[in-house]
Amino acid sequence: MMAYLIRRLFYAVPILLGVNILTFLLFFVVNTPDDMARMHVGRKHVTEQAITQWKVEHGYDKPLFYNRAEHGVSSLTDTIFFNKSLRMFALDFGASDDGRDIAREIKTRAGPSLAIAIPVFVLGLLVNVSFALMMVFFRATYLDRLGVVTAVVLMSISGLFYIIAGQYFFAKLWHLVPISGFAAGLDSWRFVLLPVLVSIVAGMGSGTRWYRSIFLEEMSKDYVRTARAKGLSEWRVLFRHVLQNGMIPILTGAVVVLPLLFMGSLLTESFFGIPGLGSYVIDAIQAQDFAIVRAMVFIGSVLYIFGLWLTDIAYAWADPRVRLS
Amino acid sequence: MNRIWLFVITVLLAGCDQHVWNDPYPAHDSGANILYSSFEERPKHLDPAQSYSSNETEIISQIYEPPLQYHYLKRPYTLIPQTLSAMPSVTYLNAAGRILPHDAAPDSIAQSVYELHIRPGIHYQPHPAFALDDHGQLRYAHLSANDWRHIHHWQDFRQLGTRELVAADYVYEIKRLASPQVNSPILGLMSEHIAGLQEYADRLSVLAQGLPENAYLDLNRYPLAGAEVVDRYTYRIRLKGKYPQFLYWLAMPFFSPVPSEVDRFYHQPGMTERNFTLDWHPVGTGPYLLSENDPNRQMILTRNPNYHGDNYPVSGEPGDAAAGLLRDAGKPLPFIDQEVFSLEKETIPYWNKFLQGYYDLSGIGSNSFDQAIRVDAQGQPQLTDEMRRKGMGLATAVTASNSYVGFNMLDSVVGGVSERARKLRQAIAIAVDYEEFISIFANGRGIPAQGPIPPGIYGYDDSGADFNPVVYHLVNGKVERRPIGDAKRLLAEAGYPDGRDAKTGAPLVMYLDTPAAGPDAKAGFDWMIKQFAKLNIQLVVRSTDYNRFQDKIRHGSAQMFVWGWNADYPDPENFLFLLYGPNMKVGKNGENVANYQNPQFDALFDKMKYLDNGPERLAIIRQMVDIVRTDSPWLFGYFPKAFGLRQAWMSPTKPNVIANNTLKYRKIDPLLRQQLRKKWNRPVLWPLLALGGLIFALLLPAIWAWRQRERSVAK
Repeated sequence: MMAYLIRRLFYAVPILLGVNILTFLLFFVVNTPDDMARMHVGRKHVTEQAITQWKVEHGYDKPLFYNRAEHGVSSLTDTIFFNKSLRMFALDFGASDDGRDIAREIKTRAGPSLAIAIPVFVLGLLVNVSFALMMVFFRATYLDRLGVVTAVVLMSISGLFYIIAGQYFFAKLWHLVPISGFAAGLDSWRFVLLPVLVSIVAGMGSGTRWYRSIFLEEMSKDYVRTARAKGLSEWRVLFRHVLQNGMIPILTGAVVVLPLLFMGSLLTESFFGIPGLGSYVIDAIQAQDFAIVRAMVFIGSVLYIFGLWLTDIAYAWADPRVRLS
Repeated sequence: MNRIWLFVITVLLAGCDQHVWNDPYPAHDSGANILYSSFEERPKHLDPAQSYSSNETEIISQIYEPPLQYHYLKRPYTLIPQTLSAMPSVTYLNAAGRILPHDAAPDSIAQSVYELHIRPGIHYQPHPAFALDDHGQLRYAHLSANDWRHIHHWQDFRQLGTRELVAADYVYEIKRLASPQVNSPILGLMSEHIAGLQEYADRLSVLAQGLPENAYLDLNRYPLAGAEVVDRYTYRIRLKGKYPQFLYWLAMPFFSPVPSEVDRFYHQPGMTERNFTLDWHPVGTGPYLLSENDPNRQMILTRNPNYHGDNYPVSGEPGDAAAGLLRDAGKPLPFIDQEVFSLEKETIPYWNKFLQGYYDLSGIGSNSFDQAIRVDAQGQPQLTDEMRRKGMGLATAVTASNSYVGFNMLDSVVGGVSERARKLRQAIAIAVDYEEFISIFANGRGIPAQGPIPPGIYGYDDSGADFNPVVYHLVNGKVERRPIGDAKRLLAEAGYPDGRDAKTGAPLVMYLDTPAAGPDAKAGFDWMIKQFAKLNIQLVVRSTDYNRFQDKIRHGSAQMFVWGWNADYPDPENFLFLLYGPNMKVGKNGENVANYQNPQFDALFDKMKYLDNGPERLAIIRQMVDIVRTDSPWLFGYFPKAFGLRQAWMSPTKPNVIANNTLKYRKIDPLLRQQLRKKWNRPVLWPLLALGGLIFALLLPAIWAWRQRERSVAK
């Protein structure tokens, strides 16, 4: 198993390299270093000299991939790609184009993102699995049908609606929590409460339906009939046997997103004024800040690969029949 | 179980008192003398040599003090000394260095020498860069990695210091404008005016090449011909030729003082990695200092304990006293202890928080316009009853900016000064109904432009008698847009009867380039297409990304485009130069994006820019405006009007569309704010009980069904 996991780690290198090249190409197809310089230097009274100066200062005056003016290894290393993208493999994210240290920025923003994402993930999973089990328990009754209809309705509504409605009722009309904002430390719970609630409700429709279908499939299996035949209560059948056997698909869905929680949610953070990582990338794209974009895409890729790696381990843990080799 | 009920009852009882649950600020600040506002986008630069955007200058103008400032109440905008003891004196010299009289012909002036004398006794805010050790040496000038261990903020340094503002600080900042490490956006423009600045920039570029990254380049070692220290409190700036508008630049942050030890302090190793840069931690002499800079969440300006002091103006315009603007005449400034800027990206939460009393000031977005404003029978904006009940105040001001559609004068169809092209442009100018545009898309917040100069700027005629005769005419003494028939006639004369080329019969197709996209922008484009359709002209809107759009403008390949300009200073030169030939975009990289060239206009501009405001200058401005009205290189569009709301606890403020250092004049009543916030934000708890009841009611049948199932016999 260990050999398999190490091998998987090595597979990550070409994937990351590919992602890096792709990000680099996509970014520079849309933006040239001149465009970036113009965006940063300003819109009024901008001279060619200022553009050139900005590029020199930020290292964008070099060729993209191959430097004909240099010889030997330098022709590859004295390029924008090497200096801006490949250094990230040494976890050197450098500074954003406005001069802020990216690693420090990510560290600062990760906390608020996780303050929302972890409760949403844990409580959301708990709520969705519980509701799904309840619907399975009452399958083919009016409660199950009501549950499915509610789930479909919840799924059909845009996430933005939940945010606006949540803010309108809980914060504006009933004055129970602040509309938006964030505070460091323990006081943050007042700001986190509403976005967590809204995010859980927004994800309930799809989550509940997904888990319901998993549990229903399990319910039709022989071991469930055997358990019932042995006289086990329906409650025990569900929570003891069906839930445990439904763990593999649950793990597939859950573990893979676990590391990505770090990346935050754009919409939630934007509307609730949470200073997390969700809006960091979007702001960077709007500001044409390639340094941040490449760093965040790289971290996203690493986390996704890590998530898949964790899923493999979780499979083996949850189902003894799975062998990693 | 009893404990749970006890908890619920406690919570409910807690809700019955007047405690506010939805206050986003710490409880201990509720009665404090703090102004609450927001920022939508994090500022990119707080270095005075780099900051140019309004969201940046809004902050640094409270921290840095350029030598001049605008009088808070007087209109037209009037420059007064800020750190100077008197307004700068100017001496004109000819090529031989001889002094010329003040009314000397501009051509004979080789240099203008401005002498500025600053007031003694002005000190900088507390900062570690000024801290001295027992030997009188700078304590933190040579920091090691150890010194950094517990430092996260400049206040974390054990010792802070200050020092007196001297003339050398102003000269140092002028030199910084040329530094390649700073990359100031006004270097190009100032190089045309400040003697030797371009040569200085070239020299610094060469010197910087040999330096390691973030190394300190000591500008004190390299003199600049155009800026020199005369004595401790006096400095001189030498300009090439005559440039009277330079005084306005002296009121902008670019010419603020920067002490060289502060610059050196921020260039020490390890500073950048900790985000310790002058670009993020400004150091000034102004009424406020930046005590917290977390652009991801909050930025806080706190009263500078070393501020030299200033007083509220004792006079203003007629009507200011009646408007309550002289209530605090002569009182020491600033009034407010802190301003807290919170990051608020979305307009809906921002507006709702303003209504709850958590922001003290607000603009009015399109979404909230109807809730805040109603237009009375005279067409004047008034507050709605809801806003009046809350005691809010409304202030409106026409901004010193414009929004126009430019014709590319290099284009083969709409460009050039031929009769055919001019008449085509004039026909379009009549057809595009900006009164309708303002009504539909700006909620009436704007004034149709009669020319390039906005209200409030010298040369704008606000008597109501001045109008653009190409587009408007008088009907029963009232200025009205010309009928579409006039436009059709002009179009026919231009060779496009009924929107078709008279020679080929081909329909006239025109192109509007824009970087805007999305549903909101589409409504505006549909409207624009409709305007052109009045003349049977087919308008094609070419939406493109911002970079490509800029590219088209630079290369002159756009036919028509939407553009705008925000004044740097309140002088007509700053608007008329947008149509000055030598300032055209293509080939010269200027701000004349329409690439308009008219020798007569250019000659008048060259004369006008040197003149002081007066009848002669006014006559020339009128002449220039008439020329561009006839040539119509722009659809002059409109001048946007800014609407601002203030809460009941805020003293009246006078809108100032030019100056940014106005925080010191603002005043609040924190106790009234505290009372009203409590009144407006009492927690409403019955919905929670109802929600709990609903969940219980839904669970009941489930529990009942479960029990039934558990008791039933298997079938």
